[in-house]
Amino acid sequence: MPVLGRQDMPRQDPDVRRSNFEEVALGYSEEQAVAEAKRCLQCKKPKCVEGCPVEVMIPEFIKYAAEGDFDSAARQIKTMNALPAICGRVCPQETQCEECCILSKKGASVAIGRLERFVSDYERRRGVKIPPAPPPSGKKIAVVGSGPAGLTAAADLARIGHSVTVFEALHEAGGVLIYGIPQFRLPKEIVKAEVEYVKKLGVTVLLDSVIGRLETVDELLAGYDAVFLGTGAGLPSFLNIDGENLNGVYSANEFLTRVNLMKAYKFPEYDTPVPKTGTSGEKLWKGKKVAVVGGGNVAMDSARCAVRLGASGVTVVYRRGEEELPARAEEIENAKEEGVKFRLLTNPVRIIGDDRNWVTEIECINMYLCEPDESGRCRPKPLEGTEHRIETDFVIIAVGTSPNPLVPGTTAGLEVSKRGTVVADDNGATTKKGVYAGGDAVTGSATVISAMGAGKKAARAIDGYLGGK
Amino acid sequence: MPFKILKKEELVQDIHIMDISAPRIASKAQPGQFIILRIDEKGERIPLTIADFDRDKGTITVIFMVVGKTTMQLASLKAKDELLDFVGPLGLPSEIEKFGTVLLVGGGVGVAPVYPQARAFKEAGNRVISIIGARNADLLVWEDKMRDVSDEMYITTDDGTKGHHGFVTDIVKQILESEEKVDRVVAIGPPVMMRAVAGVTAPFKVKTVVSLNSIMVDGTGMCGACRVLVGNETKFACVDGPEFDAHLVDFTLLMNRLAMYQPEEKASLSKYKCEREGCLC
Ligand SMILES: Cc1cc2nc3c(=O)[nH]c(=O)nc-3n(C[C@H](O)[C@H](O)[C@H](O)COP(=O)(O)OP(=O)(O)OC[C@H]3O[C@@H](n4cnc5c(N)ncnc54)[C@H](O)[C@@H]3O)c2cc1C
Ligand SMILES: Cc1cc2nc3c(=O)[nH]c(=O)nc-3n(C[C@H](O)[C@H](O)[C@H](O)COP(=O)(O)OP(=O)(O)OC[C@H]3O[C@@H](n4cnc5c(N)ncnc54)[C@H](O)[C@@H]3O)c2cc1C
Ligand code: SF4
Ligand code: SF4
Ligand code: FES
Repeated sequence: MPVLGRQDMPRQDPDVRRSNFEEVALGYSEEQAVAEAKRCLQCKKPKCVEGCPVEVMIPEFIKYAAEGDFDSAARQIKTMNALPAICGRVCPQETQCEECCILSKKGASVAIGRLERFVSDYERRRGVKIPPAPPPSGKKIAVVGSGPAGLTAAADLARIGHSVTVFEALHEAGGVLIYGIPQFRLPKEIVKAEVEYVKKLGVTVLLDSVIGRLETVDELLAGYDAVFLGTGAGLPSFLNIDGENLNGVYSANEFLTRVNLMKAYKFPEYDTPVPKTGTSGEKLWKGKKVAVVGGGNVAMDSARCAVRLGASGVTVVYRRGEEELPARAEEIENAKEEGVKFRLLTNPVRIIGDDRNWVTEIECINMYLCEPDESGRCRPKPLEGTEHRIETDFVIIAVGTSPNPLVPGTTAGLEVSKRGTVVADDNGATTKKGVYAGGDAVTGSATVISAMGAGKKAARAIDGYLGGK
Repeated sequence: MPFKILKKEELVQDIHIMDISAPRIASKAQPGQFIILRIDEKGERIPLTIADFDRDKGTITVIFMVVGKTTMQLASLKAKDELLDFVGPLGLPSEIEKFGTVLLVGGGVGVAPVYPQARAFKEAGNRVISIIGARNADLLVWEDKMRDVSDEMYITTDDGTKGHHGFVTDIVKQILESEEKVDRVVAIGPPVMMRAVAGVTAPFKVKTVVSLNSIMVDGTGMCGACRVLVGNETKFACVDGPEFDAHLVDFTLLMNRLAMYQPEEKASLSKYKCEREGCLC
């Protein structure tokens, strides 16, 4: 029987999930997956595909899923996308493949992301098959950074027979997927499994390797035929207001790295802390108030981590209005369900501390919106005389990041824009011969899937470059 | 990729020296730089200065003082044990040039980071005057090695058991007031010592460099945990430093931020001691 409506995905109850780091969304059952897959019209000219930067063959994999052949579905996806369990979870599908799906105009698009998630989870649980290794090309490529851009470029290059080595600064591969996006949205076991898959394609991953300090890009070029830079946009911005260096004020990157990568939520089992530990057995931030500044996915993730650490009052402070919140609607909804409060059209002007240098309050001013700026959004202006204070024990600053200057600063001939992004053409070619770049390093903070799309394009361009070499 | 410990010794009470096999890092290390290590899966990432390196043998030497859980655990390791992670070389190298006369001050375990600089300054043709200080004679580190690379050397101990009875700053002041023309001072040690040295050299307008030991996580400029205020500007010690102009550093902020995790550090240490020695509680 055809199902008209889109299948809902079960989620953990807000009252339960507020106090654990387990995944919020629970995924489809087999029956639901088949039912959802059957909604797909198998269009002759599938619009959905145009919305996917890594060119997943959507109708083809969905057809297998509709037949209950989830293994073939997974294999079909993996020919184009090495990280489907990740994409199925964190792609902003509503503005990618699903927005383009023909059914979105007739009610609700096919839940492409949820299906992608289901089939890749299904495959992972049953043991992932590795495609046969292609004949080696004899060419060597160095990939700097193991975020989605680097992993995608590496996987694609390995699949056509090139020898690829990924250099990663941190002790774990995955970039933002591992240090930024929290466990309850993207379990780290899944990131690790997909990284394992990329390794099994023949990619070597060297952790603890900070390029620019250990080896420079020029030194890499001496041993490799080409270099791909997927170094991301990891440098945190601050507000440049008074009191920002007080104890208890974090960049979202630091807070999320402590909580996710270093597992501070399991302190003292794990050594890295977040401060103000409760007595044993209590939640680490029990009864604490937390202000998160910013309105994007990073702010939502920070706020929701704070909730899970036990904080009793978590407030998102954002200078524009509800409409302008850059986070995904789904994440804002999740945050609200978990009790996160929003103070919109509010901007911090300074942070106030006590005599022990600990934050106690954040002083804000109300804002109003006037004429739209270049980005089409409204430029907020302060309403004089509306200064007020919010009591808080912690402040988390999530107002954006920019590319880390370490690699550009140590690579002669690599052009960088005023914003610090690496200049590259549509195919990722930079101004330096043999050096390609993609992902957040080129665009500034964007999305997992756009970074992967850039990695894919660059892999193709590098292959072309090596062919002519 | 685990990193093998080749040698481990207790130099003086609670100060240990360790050689680690890390050929890639050893081939690049320069004075002033540091590494970040993690002992095991549940461990914290902690920064330690590169006290020495041997490019031929492919080793990095670190000297560390036991102050908390991670350093205590590190001290319990032996030759042939392995560290899970060893990242570097991080931070900017020291500015080594021929300045003329360079005064190097090392307090406590701070002698470790001072040594490779002293050697490099000497090799660059400077006249090297060193002052090393400790609480008492038994806690002096690397006296011989320092003497080998110094034209002149002074020792101070808080209790007078060796050398000058008093603080390193006493000697710094004495030298600056003497005939000697000092072109640069480098001081590394506890923040209170570095602040005191900065206070002594400021009126003499001698450029003074300190190495800041702020709390770090990644060491690549990604988190901002290590931020310090230098000349009223926020800097990330791990990538903009760790060395800065002592006369511009806000030491009070540095010390305040170093105290941020004290209760957790205590909790972590007592839990570790309990597990190791059996709980008395
Ligand atoms: C908290 C948070 C939540 C997000 N949520 C979403 C979401 O739900 N959906 C979505 O689509 N996007 C989301 N994003 C954005 C998305 O994660 C990024 O756009 C994406 O990860 C960029 O990929 P990348 O490969 O370009 O860089 P990154 O993921 O940043 O990876 C770069 C890697 O390079 C390494 N590196 C940097 N410099 C060096 C060097 N010198 N040497 C060696 N290695 C180096 C870094 O350590 C890092 O591992 C989120 C971002 C954050 C921070
Ligand atoms: C660039 C740099 C170079 C350093 N070089 C040396 C060295 O050569 N020898 C040496 O003995 N020590 C050095 N330190 C200090 C050393 O990192 C700390 O002593 C160590 O992290 C303490 O860890 P712990 O778990 O044993 O103690 P904890 O109980 O965690 O802390 C004790 C004290 O160490 C400091 N500290 C804690 N965590 C960190 C962290 N992640 N990063 C930095 N400091 C921290 C705090 O002030 C704290 O009060 C250096 C620090 C920096 C930033
Ligand atoms: S990778 Fe992302 S955009 Fe592409 S089909 Fe999957 S969910 Fe859609
Ligand atoms: S556009 Fe929608 S209905 Fe058509 S093939 Fe793609 S997913 Fe199926
Ligand atoms: S330690 Fe993270 S930015 Fe310096």
